[in-house]
Amino acid sequence: MSVLQASEPVRPPRSLWRDALHRLFQNKGAAAGGIVFLLIVGAAVAAPRLTPHDPIRLNVSESLDPPGARHWLGTDQFGRDILTRIIYGARVSTAMGFVAVTISVAGGSVLGLLSGYYRGTVDMTIMRLVDVMLAFPGILLALVIIAVLGPNLSSAMIAVGVSGMPVFIRVVRSAVLSVREFQYVEAARVAGCGDLRIIFRHVLPNVLSPVIVLVTLGIPGAIIYGAALSFLGLGIRPPTPDWGAMLSDGRAFMGTAWWLSTFPGLAIVVMVMAINLFGDGLRDALDPRLKL
Amino acid sequence: MLKYVQRRLALAVPTVILTSMVVFLMLFLIPGDPASIYIGEQTATPERLAQIRHVMGLDRPLYVQYGDFVWHALHGDLGRSLQTNRPVTVEIGSRFPSTLELAATAMAIAGVLGFGLGLLSALRRSSIVDTLSMMVALFGVSVPVFWLALLLIMLFSVRLGWLPATSESGLRGLVLPAVSLALLSAATLARLMRSSMLEVLRLDFLTTARAKGLRGAVVVLRHALPNAIIPVITAMGLQFGSLLSGAVLTETIFARPGLGKLVVDSIQNKDLPTVQGVILVLALVYVAMNLLVDLSYAFIDPRIRFE
Repeated sequence: MSVLQASEPVRPPRSLWRDALHRLFQNKGAAAGGIVFLLIVGAAVAAPRLTPHDPIRLNVSESLDPPGARHWLGTDQFGRDILTRIIYGARVSTAMGFVAVTISVAGGSVLGLLSGYYRGTVDMTIMRLVDVMLAFPGILLALVIIAVLGPNLSSAMIAVGVSGMPVFIRVVRSAVLSVREFQYVEAARVAGCGDLRIIFRHVLPNVLSPVIVLVTLGIPGAIIYGAALSFLGLGIRPPTPDWGAMLSDGRAFMGTAWWLSTFPGLAIVVMVMAINLFGDGLRDALDPRLKL
Repeated sequence: MLKYVQRRLALAVPTVILTSMVVFLMLFLIPGDPASIYIGEQTATPERLAQIRHVMGLDRPLYVQYGDFVWHALHGDLGRSLQTNRPVTVEIGSRFPSTLELAATAMAIAGVLGFGLGLLSALRRSSIVDTLSMMVALFGVSVPVFWLALLLIMLFSVRLGWLPATSESGLRGLVLPAVSLALLSAATLARLMRSSMLEVLRLDFLTTARAKGLRGAVVVLRHALPNAIIPVITAMGLQFGSLLSGAVLTETIFARPGLGKLVVDSIQNKDLPTVQGVILVLALVYVAMNLLVDLSYAFIDPRIRFE
């Protein structure tokens, strides 16, 4: 009997990505997070079919109705249904999360790739830029950008996106620094590939896994910062429903109508926790060594 | 050691210079004529605007203007507020202690909570204590500071009447803003402390320490903790920056007269000199804080000194 026949059946080979996907689906927290997130996005897309109320039209006769059968989560000072505004508000929050992170990932990846691949002066210039961006912690860089561009939704998206760039630049750069030394990059260079082809065709696909993890962990941060800017009156303008702005409106009624601030905040927490759980699971799935 | 300090100081210099450039250039990046931006809401004839441009030196080359900006800033002159007409440095000086008090208190709370929860989780890995601590930490990183602050106000100020909802001098007025500001940092530090401690606990030198018969507490406190704490201390420096910027929200909610509230009010009132001044000061404090952190772990970890 040969050695092969005697051994246990060997698991069929799986690619890195299929393996990661398999681990991801086995993680209950990540699966729950993913499902909750998809439900919220689905509700945001199907908002007009889900709720009979209008998110913007004023209805003063029903102002500040507490939660009940007619309005499950109550109404605001203008008589607008809170649940309806939360569902429609998910559109803004989701868009904020995705657009801002797209800006972060696009800008951050390109600069990180250039920095890590070319090194030398390009690297030093980009890294000093990162140092300067990091000198404005948290929401401060976003405030600088909003002070320049003016307070509105697109400024807020750009501001949150640009503020998120440094971490992408750093992570992509450090991944590129190791990948560029691999032999297949050398082989591509010997085969006559140009720098751009090497960077985007050979280096980029091999630094994608930390980028994907950062994307899932960056979206919740972007949603919170976006809501924070709206809360401060520096993001989306009324009457468009937005979770941060709804929270801010509710401040004046904290003593009399607790539901105005409580439910939009809860929506932010549920959304952010769901994506965080999914992101944590994805990180563990893509790089099991990090799981402690 | 001296070489390390010199190198770190040298690295901080370009960051400070570039940061001041960004703040200086804000005036020119805003669409429109810098002179009209500087006079705010007032209207002026083209002749008057040209005169203002000349008086302010806006008709000089950009590098001369930047040199002038730095020179004045070094002499404590950041211009005058368009809202109050008081010097920006006076505005900042009167509000800085309040922000520092808030950020420092929040840092202390976050440090104690974060270290405690993280250490407990790592030492009782996979137990109910670990699960509960990490659930609290997950909630902490997911809850927006402005919502938590509102919930705390609703509970402790509106319902129970124990603590004031708005700014009040003394410890009572500081509790709610500091606690709401601290939670995110506490949660981040707890997660980091846990993973760093778990990483260290499985290293060979700890097996050796246990094998030679040292007590559990000695193994943890003398051998594991000093090694696990380095990334956490780095994170604390970064967290202090988050706390300073988080003060923007907390101060707005609790109407605390600090730098955070000043910068938000100034952006809304288009008071650019004040925005520039506050942002410059906060950024410089943050750079200085990071420098201190870098220097401090050279003391904790001799390997960094002798690199």
